[in-house]
Amino acid sequence: MVFLSIQNSTFAIVAALTGIGLVALALWLAGLISPRSFNPQKGEAYECGIPTRGESMAQFKVGYYLFAILFLMFDVECVFLFPWAVKVRELGVDGLLSIAIFFGIIVLGLMYAWRKGALEWK
Amino acid sequence: MFDFSLLTNWIHELLSSFMPEWLTVTTECVLIGVCLLLAYALLALFYIWFERKVCAAFQCRLGPNRVGPMGLLQSFADMFKILIKELISLKHTDKFLFALAPYLVILASMLAFAVLPWGNGLQIINFNIGIFFLIAVSSIGVLGILLAGWSSNNKFTLIGALRSGSQMVSYELSIGLSVITMVCLAGSMSVTEIVAKQQDLWFIFSGHIPAIIAFIIYLIAGTAETNRGPFDLPEAESELTAGYHTEYSGIHFGFFYLAEYLNLFIVAGVATLLFFGGWMPLHFPGWDAFNHVMDYIPSVVWFIGKAVALSFVIIWFKWTFPRLRIDQMLSLEWKYLLPINLFNLVLMVLVIVYGLHF
Repeated sequence: MVFLSIQNSTFAIVAALTGIGLVALALWLAGLISPRSFNPQKGEAYECGIPTRGESMAQFKVGYYLFAILFLMFDVECVFLFPWAVKVRELGVDGLLSIAIFFGIIVLGLMYAWRKGALEWK
Repeated sequence: MFDFSLLTNWIHELLSSFMPEWLTVTTECVLIGVCLLLAYALLALFYIWFERKVCAAFQCRLGPNRVGPMGLLQSFADMFKILIKELISLKHTDKFLFALAPYLVILASMLAFAVLPWGNGLQIINFNIGIFFLIAVSSIGVLGILLAGWSSNNKFTLIGALRSGSQMVSYELSIGLSVITMVCLAGSMSVTEIVAKQQDLWFIFSGHIPAIIAFIIYLIAGTAETNRGPFDLPEAESELTAGYHTEYSGIHFGFFYLAEYLNLFIVAGVATLLFFGGWMPLHFPGWDAFNHVMDYIPSVVWFIGKAVALSFVIIWFKWTFPRLRIDQMLSLEWKYLLPINLFNLVLMVLVIVYGLHF
């Protein structure tokens, strides 16, 4: 905390505005000093020189989708581990036993995905 | 050790002596914004120069050496060059999302950047869940990259964005779990407290074997998270031209470039914070004379020095290892790092709860 009289959430907003400001400022500056010229070829997609064929926002491999779903599961479980991690010293052995069940579910989930072949890139 | 809150309190008192309160707060906010902007831009420019110099050293070249002493002003020259390049407007893009993507990428890195502990009393955002906030905001960057790739309406960018998305999302798990491991050791998520807990000994030394395993996993996952090094499949230049930012030109491309280098610093900075004591000087319990000598080096120098040293290691990875294939990249995370990380977390908790030493 740099200035004690200001709330931390204000600083988060200041940082966010700074980020947006940086982009806006640089774009404005670039708009002032950069050249402009028009050529129909410039608007084409950068591919291999010949005109683009087919739709570019095409279907993609389902594997990406599968890993995204796996991530979602594990990440949500990780978020639940954070509050326990802070208090691990105070909770001691009792906390360890109760988190062991939750932890077991995560490991079982990973093992299930592994056995089902969800971790293979096909 | 100089406490920077003395300086900021002095500025605060000076401003409030002749200004009403609302104006003081506004001025301080603007002051912080300007400092943040300068630090962000200068650090990114420094890193561009640093990467080029290190790369040159690994390849037995000189690297940039014409503009300024040792080529130090090269990246400034590059910045001006990139500003005067035309911003090409494409026919086939989704205009709104195309323009939005750089904002998200920069926003994510700026918010994460503001959480880092720069020195004693020199930290901008100091939430009590600081490290959690950092992980949360740094994952906004994935959105920006996915949007950039999708809205460009180009096959290269789409493949690059999807690769980048699956990679960053996967390795975020490893980052999260190794951070949880260190949070267990520190007993707090506040960045200030994590640093304060390392007063006597850095966590890499006091955390036994689990801390070392967590550090190695963090370093690998951090390299993947910044789309660098052996994990640069999203922008594999020999396969995908430039990956997700192929269609961006001029300063638009510059933003992605800037954020990439800043993410390198952020990853190194978080590793510094969690394992190497943040801004805390090197202390060993019992070595009083040594500890006093170390206290004379300013805290900012400690933080930036450690972060630059760690990012040197990450740059070293990039110029040493060949690029992975996507299935290798995913199986490294899901079949090796994740199970090891879960095991490591259990090990760390056992060390803490039962007081084991090994």
